[in-house]
Amino acid sequence: MKMPDENKLAKRKKWNQSIAFWIFRLLSYFIVAILFSILSFIIYKGVGVINWNFITQMPEEGMTKGGIFPAIIGTLCLVAGSMIFAFPIGVLAAIYMNEYVKDGIIKKSIKQMTNNLAGIPSIVFGLFGMSLFVNKLGFGDSILAGSLTLGLLALPVVIRTTEEALKAVDDTFRHASLGLGASKWQTTRNVVLPIAFPNIITGLILSIGRVSGETAPILFTVAAYFLPKLPTSIFDQAMALPYHLYVLSTSGTNIEASRPVAYGTALVLIIIVLIANLLANGLRKYFGKKVKMN
Amino acid sequence: MYKIESKNVDFFYGPSQALKNINLAIKPNTVTALIGPSGCGKSTYLRLFNRMNDLIDNTKIAGQVIIDGDDIYAKGVNVDSLRKKVGMVFQKPNPFPKTIFENVAYGLRVNGITDKKFIEERVEETIKQVVLWDEVKDKLKKSAFELSGGQQQRLCIARALAIQPSIILMDEPTSALDPISTSKVEELIYELKTKYTIVIVTHNMQQAGRVSDTTAFFYMGELIEYDTTKTIFTNPKVERTQNYITGRFG
Repeated sequence: MKMPDENKLAKRKKWNQSIAFWIFRLLSYFIVAILFSILSFIIYKGVGVINWNFITQMPEEGMTKGGIFPAIIGTLCLVAGSMIFAFPIGVLAAIYMNEYVKDGIIKKSIKQMTNNLAGIPSIVFGLFGMSLFVNKLGFGDSILAGSLTLGLLALPVVIRTTEEALKAVDDTFRHASLGLGASKWQTTRNVVLPIAFPNIITGLILSIGRVSGETAPILFTVAAYFLPKLPTSIFDQAMALPYHLYVLSTSGTNIEASRPVAYGTALVLIIIVLIANLLANGLRKYFGKKVKMN
Repeated sequence: MYKIESKNVDFFYGPSQALKNINLAIKPNTVTALIGPSGCGKSTYLRLFNRMNDLIDNTKIAGQVIIDGDDIYAKGVNVDSLRKKVGMVFQKPNPFPKTIFENVAYGLRVNGITDKKFIEERVEETIKQVVLWDEVKDKLKKSAFELSGGQQQRLCIARALAIQPSIILMDEPTSALDPISTSKVEELIYELKTKYTIVIVTHNMQQAGRVSDTTAFFYMGELIEYDTTKTIFTNPKVERTQNYITGRFG
């Protein structure tokens, strides 16, 4: 039998390939387009109300005027509080799991539990936080209770990213260190952690993003509907951006009038997450460079 | 008196047996080459001497490995001190992400030495020992990653030497290096044997011939033949050894 025309085959191959490429290309542009349309929608609607007063003043006139300062401060407190709680615990747990526990049933079940924790709906965290921190431990509706609840939510993210970061460290580094008579802890602290650190920071970024936007966990544990003063201790209630946004768009006194403020709030929330990401990214680059030098 | 002896050593990864009844004795201040095709167990055997295989889950050893007269797998053996005595150099150069100086100082520091002057002297001495001093003396505070592959590997040898081991294990130390760097490392091995006992795993027949005094040929987890390198290469007793040496299989 005669072989089919080579040119024709090559042409068809090329054609198929370019169709496939174009589908992939369009789909990835599509994702970017979604992101941009959300962003530009929020910016378009919200940029008008943003000014110095908006981010530094208390809300006024049934939240239709004035600023959102207490909500910004509240969110910053909650992010910081939840990270202080979740980051060390998560990182230490991941170190334990990756460096110390042998493969087996224990490691497997801890891992499974962590994954399950990540799959729990955030409203369930909210209810759990309310019954444990607010009622049982008597923290009341407070920044402490809210931070702890958000911390629980962030924990699996921190654990998983830290684990990935540790796994990415080549075993020969561990072997070289242990081969010099270093203990496991010396090896982890002096060799493994510095190499993994930039990637561990990624976990921090991701969990900050997650935590700052959550509404359900803070609903019953900290968030105040309207509280035109700043918190003075961790046992105070606080306003928070995502909840404020929810209130403004569903249960304010005059929803139509507070609509622009709502978009402004959304924009501020996005900007805060963006700044946090940029900061953490900078940190990661800085440590990435530094790690080679110590 | 032998430096290293192994008696009836069996080794298992889970259910599969990687080493079968290995008996071998190594004299001090010699270079012993372990050769054989991939998967023959030579690297596994090498890693028994500093108990590196302990780090792999589900492994089991039977028999005795004796270093300086003591069974290193006996109960109560301090693995950290064993590893201080038995240094190791790996296949790929793997300096720590630290400065050149700190790489060599690392072993001293983790073993509790804090005397700054001693550390400085020891680092300089060791880097000179691996003939790297002239190349790095002006950039000790720079990252070890800035060195070339060959320099990195010599730095890794210095790192192992700094804590004054008496045995050095080398797991294909030149397989990732260019020919010039390789010959530098080989020269170094030749120099080092006056002070250390060296065991080297290599895939490179010429290298085994050039650097080693004795050679052990492994095949499918068994020690097929062990003799002086000269005998193994010129007059092997087992046909399989001959076939491997001459490149008829491998």
